[in-house]
Amino acid sequence: MAIQQKKHEMPTQAPSVRAHNFDEVALGYTEEIAVEEAQRCLNCKNRPCVEGCPVKIDIPDFIAKIKERDFEGAYGVISKSSSLPAVCGRVCPQETQCESKCTLGIRFEPVGIGRLERFVADRHNERAEAAPERPAPNGHRVAIVGSGPSGLTCAGDLARAGYEVTVYEALHTAGGVLVYGIPEFRLPKRIVAKEVEGLKALGVKVETNVVIGRTLTIDELFEMGFEAVFIGSGAGLPNFMGIPGESLVGVYSANEFLTRSNLMKAYRESPTTPIMKGGRVAVVGGGNVAMDAARTALRLGAEKVYIVYRRSIEELPARREEVEHAEEEGIDFRLLNNPVEILGYTNPGDPRDPKNGSVTGMRCIRMELGEPDASGRRRPVEIPGSEFVLDVDTVVMAIGTSPNPLIKDTTEGLEVNRRGGIIVNEDGLTSRDCVYAGGDAVTGAATVISAMGAGKTAARAIDAYLSGK
Amino acid sequence: MYRIVTKKILNPSVTQMEIEAPLVARKARAGQFIILRVDDEGERIPLTVAGCDAARGTVKIIFQIVGATTALLGAKNAGEYISDFVGPLGRATETEGVKKVCVVGGGVGCAIAMPAAQEFKRIGAEVTSIIGFRSKDLVILTDEFEACSDRMILMTDDGSAGRHGNVTVPLKELLKSGERFDRILAIGPLVMMKFVAEAARPFDVPVVVSMNPIMIDGTGMCGGCRLSLVRDGKRVTKFACVDGPEFDGYEVDFDEAMTRGRMYAGFERHAYEETCRLLGRA
Repeated sequence: MAIQQKKHEMPTQAPSVRAHNFDEVALGYTEEIAVEEAQRCLNCKNRPCVEGCPVKIDIPDFIAKIKERDFEGAYGVISKSSSLPAVCGRVCPQETQCESKCTLGIRFEPVGIGRLERFVADRHNERAEAAPERPAPNGHRVAIVGSGPSGLTCAGDLARAGYEVTVYEALHTAGGVLVYGIPEFRLPKRIVAKEVEGLKALGVKVETNVVIGRTLTIDELFEMGFEAVFIGSGAGLPNFMGIPGESLVGVYSANEFLTRSNLMKAYRESPTTPIMKGGRVAVVGGGNVAMDAARTALRLGAEKVYIVYRRSIEELPARREEVEHAEEEGIDFRLLNNPVEILGYTNPGDPRDPKNGSVTGMRCIRMELGEPDASGRRRPVEIPGSEFVLDVDTVVMAIGTSPNPLIKDTTEGLEVNRRGGIIVNEDGLTSRDCVYAGGDAVTGAATVISAMGAGKTAARAIDAYLSGK
Repeated sequence: MYRIVTKKILNPSVTQMEIEAPLVARKARAGQFIILRVDDEGERIPLTVAGCDAARGTVKIIFQIVGATTALLGAKNAGEYISDFVGPLGRATETEGVKKVCVVGGGVGCAIAMPAAQEFKRIGAEVTSIIGFRSKDLVILTDEFEACSDRMILMTDDGSAGRHGNVTVPLKELLKSGERFDRILAIGPLVMMKFVAEAARPFDVPVVVSMNPIMIDGTGMCGGCRLSLVRDGKRVTKFACVDGPEFDGYEVDFDEAMTRGRMYAGFERHAYEETCRLLGRA
C-alpha cells in the first residue's frame, strides 16, 4: 500500500462560522483518522523526532500503540515525558520541533505528531475516571512560583516523585498564560482546568492570590520550611514601540487585550470587565500572541483586523497553523509595514468631548528586507517616503515582554541578565542556593513546551539535590 | 474566600470594611494597594490599603461607590465573603528623611492619605494635613487626621464645613507665608493632584502624587496601568502597579491620565445602573 503523502486533515470549524464564536477551531482526529495517520509513521531506526521534542517524548512508541489501537498505552508513553499532553498537542510549534525532523517529511508531509498527541490526550481525558494514585510522601517540601506551563510541569514531576508541592499563583485562577493568554478557541479552559485538577489529585496544593515578591518573598518561603523553590513567574511587562500615541484610548498591549477577553471573560454577553468590541483593529507583531489577539478581535465583532508586521511572511514567528487559520478567517496581513505613529482625536472646540484622546489611525511606513541581522533574519529597512495611514480605531501591541522585576527586586543575590531574565545553569539553578527558575522568567517570551522542558529539568535537579540530602 | 470582618458607613457613598487576609495584613504598608473580586464572575478592582492589623489578620479598605463592583461590594455585610483579595501591591510611601510634610487629601483620596499621614507622624515628622471635600455630608476621617497631624485644615467646596474653597487655597497661603515642607504628598482626584503640583512648582517643594489608573492584574503583566512621565523633556512610560503608585507630581502627564481614566466611562455607567437595578435601589 502506497503511503499517503499528506497528513490527514484536521477537522475544523468552517472559517466563516468560527470567526464569530469562541469555540475551539480544530475539532480533533477521530479514532479512525488517528489510526490511519499513525500508519504513516515509518518507525525509522534513528528516531529523529524524539530529538526535536524539548521534553523527549518517545514519539515512535506512542504512535505504534495507536496503530495497535492501544490508546491508553499510547497515553502512558506520552505521560512518562509530558505532564500536559492535551495542551501541547494544541499549542506546540510542531513544524519547528518533532515534525521538522520526521524522516517521512524529507519526501512528503511529516507525520501529524501533534494531532496524534492531542487525540491520545483527549481520548484519555474523556474516559479517565479513577484518580491517579498518590505516591508515598518523601517528606521534602518544594514551593513553585507561578502556575503556568513550567510551574505546573515542575510541580507534577516532583509530586509524582513524592514531594509535597505548593504552587503559588498571583492571579485568581491557576494556569498562567494558558488561562490569561491563549484564547479559548485555541486552548479551551476546561482542558487547563482538568490538568490542574489532575495535579491536585496528586496532592499538589495550589494557592491563588499570592504574589511572590509582594505577599511573600522567596526568603520567607524558605523560612516556612520549603527546601527548594522553582520560579516560573513567566513573562512580565509588555513592551511598547516607543512611538507617539501609544497611550491613546484604544491602544492595548496584547497581554491586556487577551487578559480582558480570556481571564476576565470580556467576550461574554454582559461581561463585568469591558473591552473594545467591533471597529477596525491593527495588531502589531507576528508571533502567536499577535495571531491570538487578531483572531480574538475578529471574534469580538471587529469589522476589519490587520496584522502589521515589519518583516515578510517567511519570518513570521507564529505557528504555521495559526497563520493559516488567521488568513482563512479573513485577517488582513500587512507585511513589511512598520508603525511610526498612532494618531488620536482632538476636538479643539471642546476639551470635554468624550472622543478626545481616542485612536483615529496608525501611520505606517513600508519596509524592505536588507542584509541578515544578528538573529539570522534579513533586517527590515524603511523605504523613504512610503508612509501611509491605516484607518483603525484600536491598536494592539504584540511585540513581546520584558521580565517582571518583582522577584528580582525582593530576592537578594538573585542574578539577572541585562534584559532582566533570571540567570540559570544547565540544571535551572539560579545564583541562589536551592532556588531554580525556568520558562519565560529566564528566557523572555518563548513557547509553552520550552517552558515545560525547563520545568522538567529543574524538577530533576531538585530531586537529585534533595534526595541526596 | 475572604471574610468581611467589619463594615462601617462613613458617608452616603463611602464605606469602610476590614477584610480578613492575614498574609496581606502582615505586609501591607501605607501607600500600597490590593486587588479584589467580589464574586467569581466579577472584575478585578484596585483599592489602596487604608490600614491593617497584623494581629487580627485584617486589612482596612475604604471605597466610594462609583461603579458596579463597588456597588456590589457595598451591598455585602460583615460576616459575608468576597472571592478574591490579593496584595499588598505597589511600592510603599517613602518616608525616609522627611521631617516636615504636608499631606493633601481630596474626597475619598483622604482614605489613602490618612495611613501615609499616620506613618509620617510615627517616624516623627511634623505633619500638616489639608483635607478637602465637596460638602459637609461627604466629610470623612477628620478625627483620624486630627490625631496624626500637628495641624489639620478642613476645606469644603461649598463652605458647609471647615473653610470655603479647595485644598490649593491654604496650601498656597502656607507656601507663600514661608512654610518650608520637605515634601507634599497629594492624593485625590487627578485634577486636584495636578493643581497641587502647579501650586507648589514656584516654591520648588517636592510633590509626590498617588496614581490610581485602570488596572487588571496589578502585578506587572497587563500594562493597562501605564502612564507617562515627562522627565528632562522626554516622555517615559511607567507602570503604576510595579513602579508606583506614587510618582513625582511634577513629571506626571495628568491630562493623558485623565483621558485614559475615562476609557470605559460609558460602559461603567451602564454597568453601574444595571447593578443598582439588580440591587433594587434604582
